[in-house]
Amino acid sequence: MDGLDASVPTISPHRPMSASVATFGALMWSGFRRYATYRQATVAGSFTNIVFGFLRCYVLLAVAAGAAAGAAGGYDARQLATFVWVGQGLLNVVGIWGWNDLAERIRTGDIAADLLRPVPPVTAYLAADLGRCGYQMLTRFTPPVIVGAIAFPLVAPSRWQTVPLFAASVLLAVIGSFGCRYLVNATAYWLGDARGPLMFWTLGSGVLAGLYFPLRLLPEWATVTIWVATPLPGLLQTPLDVLVERDGPALQAGLVALQAVWAVIMVALAGVVQRRAERKLVVQGG
Amino acid sequence: MAELRAYAALLGGRFRSATAYRTSFAVELITNAGGTAVDVSTVFVLFHAAKVVGGFTLGEALMMTGLTASGFVLADLTVGNVDQLKTYVRNGTLDAVLVRPLAVLPQLVIADLPLRKLMRFVVGVTVLVVAVLSNDIDWTPGRAVLLVTAPLAGAVFFGAIFVLSASLAFWWVESGEVGAAFTYGGRDFTSYPITVYGTWFRAVFAYGLGFGFVAYHPALTLLGRADPLGLPAWAGYLSPLVALAAAGIAGIVWRTGVRHYRSTGS
Repeated sequence: MDGLDASVPTISPHRPMSASVATFGALMWSGFRRYATYRQATVAGSFTNIVFGFLRCYVLLAVAAGAAAGAAGGYDARQLATFVWVGQGLLNVVGIWGWNDLAERIRTGDIAADLLRPVPPVTAYLAADLGRCGYQMLTRFTPPVIVGAIAFPLVAPSRWQTVPLFAASVLLAVIGSFGCRYLVNATAYWLGDARGPLMFWTLGSGVLAGLYFPLRLLPEWATVTIWVATPLPGLLQTPLDVLVERDGPALQAGLVALQAVWAVIMVALAGVVQRRAERKLVVQGG
Repeated sequence: MAELRAYAALLGGRFRSATAYRTSFAVELITNAGGTAVDVSTVFVLFHAAKVVGGFTLGEALMMTGLTASGFVLADLTVGNVDQLKTYVRNGTLDAVLVRPLAVLPQLVIADLPLRKLMRFVVGVTVLVVAVLSNDIDWTPGRAVLLVTAPLAGAVFFGAIFVLSASLAFWWVESGEVGAAFTYGGRDFTSYPITVYGTWFRAVFAYGLGFGFVAYHPALTLLGRADPLGLPAWAGYLSPLVALAAAGIAGIVWRTGVRHYRSTGS
């Protein structure tokens, strides 16, 4: 035995590309199927997204009505309504909140089983997260957008490149969000428990990703700083700004490029932190 | 007396478990205060973009935000953690709560350490104080009493909403985030002048569910402003009645729910 049985489903540059792709695909499918079993949670969550859609939309429209020229932060009323409703649809696709699987596995010591597997944990969890995102794109994205389109006038893209840019931007948002969440969860390697950091993340990410209000309502220096210095606008604000065509074509593409840079940095950082943690890890439990 | 000692023992246990991971707990404590601060700063950001929203200025809207924030945090501090009920029902761990010779609701209320939410309360009350100072209020005995009763009535009302949302889990275990639409959603609703909302949405939340009497109407009375939507001035004093009605309904639903509970059998 050379230790490399052909049937070991691993992801490695030393193995044929097709084997890596098949393994990654299987992990994605497992993530998709896992979330497909939470059907009632899908209904419950969509209801809540819709209620918050109405709340945020009415408030922002009142702000636009009270602002000069009926536009707040450079968005007109239709763009704001689209921003809010598509934002509610994307919230769970991007999955900013509620993922503490890794922190729980570290706390309980189950992470030991993940480390024995032939696929690095960051890769395995990323694949499962992309599967989750695929399922939620099919189920959680459409209900708020449909309700929003019925209740309010929304804006449709006018440039051809907006649609592919938006699709790329959503994918980058999921990958960037995964990197951030992995890092927050990974604090459990050092703290034993990540409840505090997770709560801090929930709060900070909601504000700085543009969920509570579009970041463009802030003074320009603050908006630019948040965009360049943190990965958070890339989680929600960037795809939404791309979709409602808040900026000209050049800046629109530039924002997606910046988002891509941050997504790569966050996932790479997650990999570095994971390797550091493996060197010092004391598995909890027995 | 023995009952009190039992509750104290539960509280002590929770305190030890919450502080077992010190750094994590410290971050939680700070973040909790930040949560309310962020909600309030959202109001400032929106009023930075428009001087008047829904016919109200920042100072006037801050009165509604302050009444909401102080009422909500008080409810969240005391009964907010009852929203963990769905976890207990799904896992069947509510059995352990039911077999103890203590009331169910107080046990669940103590089942999470309220201390980490104390910082939030300080922030909420500060907003109310700032709101009172930034408005030129024509003080009468009625308004002075209202300033104290409105946040308390708001707390009772939000507490009732917390219990009602949690009770949903007795009938629908996988209710997930539905409760948040009414607890956190209700808080967001009353943080702004209700004139901003569309007619039917406002009718449901403000009058159907009663959220309009938590902050909007008391704030109008405190400010001495007539209601642009046409309700008379005494509507501001209705908040304790609305709160008691909500608490009564919540009590009935909770009792029915506990009787309806079937264990997982594990």
